[in-house]
Amino acid sequence: MSVENGIGASVRRKEDQRFITGNGHYLDDINRVGQAYGYFLRSPYAFAKIKNIDLSAAKAAPGVVDIFTGADMVADGIGGLICGWGITSKDGSPHNAPPHNSLAVDAVRHVGDQVAFVIAESLQQAKDAAELIEVDYEVLTPVTNISKALDSGAPQIHDEAPGNLCYDWELGDKAAVDAAFANAAHVSKIDVVNNRLSPNPMEPRAALGEYDAGSGELTLHTTSQNPHVARLIMSAFLGIAPENKLRVIAPDVGGGFGSKIFVYAEETTTIWAARKINRPVKWTADRSEAFLTDAHGRDHVTHAELATDSDGKILAFRVSTQANMGAYLSTFASAVPTYLYGTLLSGQYKIPSIYCEVQAGFTNTTPVDAYRGAGRPEATYVVERMMDTAARDLKMDPTEFRLKNFIQPDAYPYETPVIMTYDSGDYPLAMNMAKDMIDYNGFAARKAQSEANGKIRGIGVAAYIEACGIAPSAAVGSLGAGVGLWESAEVRFNPTGSVTVFTGSHSHGQGHETTFAQIISDKLGVPIESVEVVHGDTSKVPFGMGTYGSRSLAVGGSAIVKAIDKIVEKSKKIAAHLMEASVEDIEHEHGVFSVAGTDKKLTMGEIAFAAYVPHNYPADLEPGMAENAFYDPLNFTFPAGTHIAEVEIDPATGVVDIVDWAAADDFGNIINPMIVEGQVHGGVAQGIGQALLEGVVYDDESGQLLTGSYMDYCMPRADDLPSFRIATTNTPCPSNPLGVKGCGEAGAIAAPAALMNAIVNALGKDIDMPATPEKVWRAINSN
Amino acid sequence: MTTVNMTVNGKKVSADVAPNTLLVQFIRENLRLTGTHVGCDTSQCGACTVHVDGDSVKSCTMLAVQADGAEVTTIEGLAKNGELHPMQAAFKENHGLQCGFCTPGMIMSAVDLVKRNPNPSEETIRTELEGNICRCTGYHNIVKSVKAAAENMGG
Ligand code: FES
Ligand code: FES
Repeated sequence: MSVENGIGASVRRKEDQRFITGNGHYLDDINRVGQAYGYFLRSPYAFAKIKNIDLSAAKAAPGVVDIFTGADMVADGIGGLICGWGITSKDGSPHNAPPHNSLAVDAVRHVGDQVAFVIAESLQQAKDAAELIEVDYEVLTPVTNISKALDSGAPQIHDEAPGNLCYDWELGDKAAVDAAFANAAHVSKIDVVNNRLSPNPMEPRAALGEYDAGSGELTLHTTSQNPHVARLIMSAFLGIAPENKLRVIAPDVGGGFGSKIFVYAEETTTIWAARKINRPVKWTADRSEAFLTDAHGRDHVTHAELATDSDGKILAFRVSTQANMGAYLSTFASAVPTYLYGTLLSGQYKIPSIYCEVQAGFTNTTPVDAYRGAGRPEATYVVERMMDTAARDLKMDPTEFRLKNFIQPDAYPYETPVIMTYDSGDYPLAMNMAKDMIDYNGFAARKAQSEANGKIRGIGVAAYIEACGIAPSAAVGSLGAGVGLWESAEVRFNPTGSVTVFTGSHSHGQGHETTFAQIISDKLGVPIESVEVVHGDTSKVPFGMGTYGSRSLAVGGSAIVKAIDKIVEKSKKIAAHLMEASVEDIEHEHGVFSVAGTDKKLTMGEIAFAAYVPHNYPADLEPGMAENAFYDPLNFTFPAGTHIAEVEIDPATGVVDIVDWAAADDFGNIINPMIVEGQVHGGVAQGIGQALLEGVVYDDESGQLLTGSYMDYCMPRADDLPSFRIATTNTPCPSNPLGVKGCGEAGAIAAPAALMNAIVNALGKDIDMPATPEKVWRAINSN
Repeated sequence: MTTVNMTVNGKKVSADVAPNTLLVQFIRENLRLTGTHVGCDTSQCGACTVHVDGDSVKSCTMLAVQADGAEVTTIEGLAKNGELHPMQAAFKENHGLQCGFCTPGMIMSAVDLVKRNPNPSEETIRTELEGNICRCTGYHNIVKSVKAAAENMGG
């Protein structure tokens, strides 16, 4: 029996109605009576000492309510922003995490660093007053490039981080790798740069802080992917207010892609200031501020080497990476180039030994943290560029080389040399599917046709893997995480049979209101219109770790399933009592409870009603029908697949035209195929953006951000992208009750490698991202 | 302060505004019609798109006083008598939105696009939507939505 709108149906989204009619409630749409407006005065310099701040003229400006500086926050005992994941260096020392004040205290370390918070009756008045603040800076020489920052003699950004080093980390067996290289028939080498990106959710970050002097409660409305985590950090580490007096609400959030995971200076300052002035305060970033302060992504420089035998089998892999952390360590920054990166360097391949070392360092740039994929796109990029290079060196077809070295479908569980245990998959199946979709074997003919038209054609493959469903708490705890990464859910029946589901996951585009409702509909037979999914409010939802790392369904959805199991268990007892049968004889399917071998049955709605109107009710059972569950995953999940890109390049202009795209992804079981496809489209588009268009650029000398607006930072637009052909192979995930793996990041992980391999295939030479027309043209016209 | 009068979503409105007030500010702050969004500060993203006298306009690029006397339609005014406009319905049916932030502007642009190109090709749709940035959907399903809407609108 299948259920209408149940698991596996492309249910149209419940949340869409409000968004398509303009009735969503994004942060800037929310206003409070008596609210004042906050504006940040930001550093115009990349690196400078603050010798003095004179607020006198600004404070006297019209409409000014108050102005705060770092000294005020320190005097109030407010702590600095923290990094929640401790990384241990090779020599056993903990990573260097220099102080990170929300408002600068004695120095500014990147352009846009917060210097003062001006609050006025209107935004315009706040901006005008900010211009009257006199800051006496002693300007210092900045460094923005990670390799230069780690060189001796580079400007020193923090006293606490000698040599600008955050950590020098390693993973894997160096001796085994060295031995394998010594005996290898071939060694292939690459040098790749993973370009720095700005996440750019279309809704800029914003905050609205409120203080209730009567109850002493603070309420922060904020653009967050994880409001409970924000509350935890603001309470426990920053001392904004105790958790029971701090409510964090993340309403409709217009995209995140990682950038809204982190606890930032602006939100922290806004809620703190609301209490100081005892008035609601609102701050909304403009796009320039977003470019300057939203945590950036990627920014790795890597050298990698692959050892193979005479038969084309991989023997060992060696990777050395420098990772740019920016000016300060953001909330989860330290984990991205380490446990989200090094651990994925086995890719889909059987590699006997792997050794990876990562030096992370500070520069005078915006902090870098997790951005869609977080570490896994960087790993996939290194692995898949490496595989293509090795195949080329060995004169093998890149798909044949991969197929020869894939972990085989009967090898699970498969333990990699970089501490992951892959649980399921079928890599050859996905690769062959993608090859068929794009007619890989017909490429030579198409290339000849392009050549006849004066164009250069290329084809590129990326076989990616990611670790999602983040994460088993014990595992991440042992690797340095400061939190557990479980999820919570409550399933509450209302007396009349409708259901409210409270989830700790947070939707900012993913469609949880629909997908999670489908699970309830399917398992408990409740019409989807009668299911309400509530998220994003610490006063409503029991607790939550939020949404990132493609974890919502695998972890948050599993918590819902656990709560459903409890509902079913209780309902069986009630059903047994009402139908005068024994509990063992009660059977349940999709919300219908029946007595085995009879035609007696009760629906979930009838049982829920009995639970709230318990006139005839089991004596030893609590009334009510609401169940809570926490779910801690057993393992990561391992979505994987193959993307193939085909491009045609115009040698006259260097413009890369993506003529075809085939994706075959394994996401395990799928609840809503329509939403999954949409996630792949969006991920691939961001990956194409990275490969062709996007890149954060700083001026080397001044440290100024040169790509600070949509005029300079090239976002993918409709006419930059093709339509995509996508398909799925579904090997159910064995480690969660839904059998799901997660799909949100796959496209962004696979796409850059596939596209760059296609461009390198076309050009016959290496080129770094973004492959802009100019770069491609120069590559064509140089020897 | 300057007085502006206009008709927004069929209703006459009037207010005293500072002369440098942008149309988008007037719509969001004075009229509290918050479906029109602001996604950038350089007239690039199109999140603020509305119709002024029937043509799509980035409302962050126009002063409120320039719209004095005009007929303005925002996303809130697109559905008629509780019936979704075919473009709105098509976005829902074809999963043309994810976070929804770009959506009002995207829909307003798309309505104008189909008005000018009743039977648009994929290429036309992609070229015409060049002024609207969506970070979520990769545009695939937006293109599909616009195509479907154009068909339903009798193109
Ligand atoms: S807000 Fe008007 S174009 Fe971006
Ligand atoms: S749906 Fe999120 S920006 Fe378009």
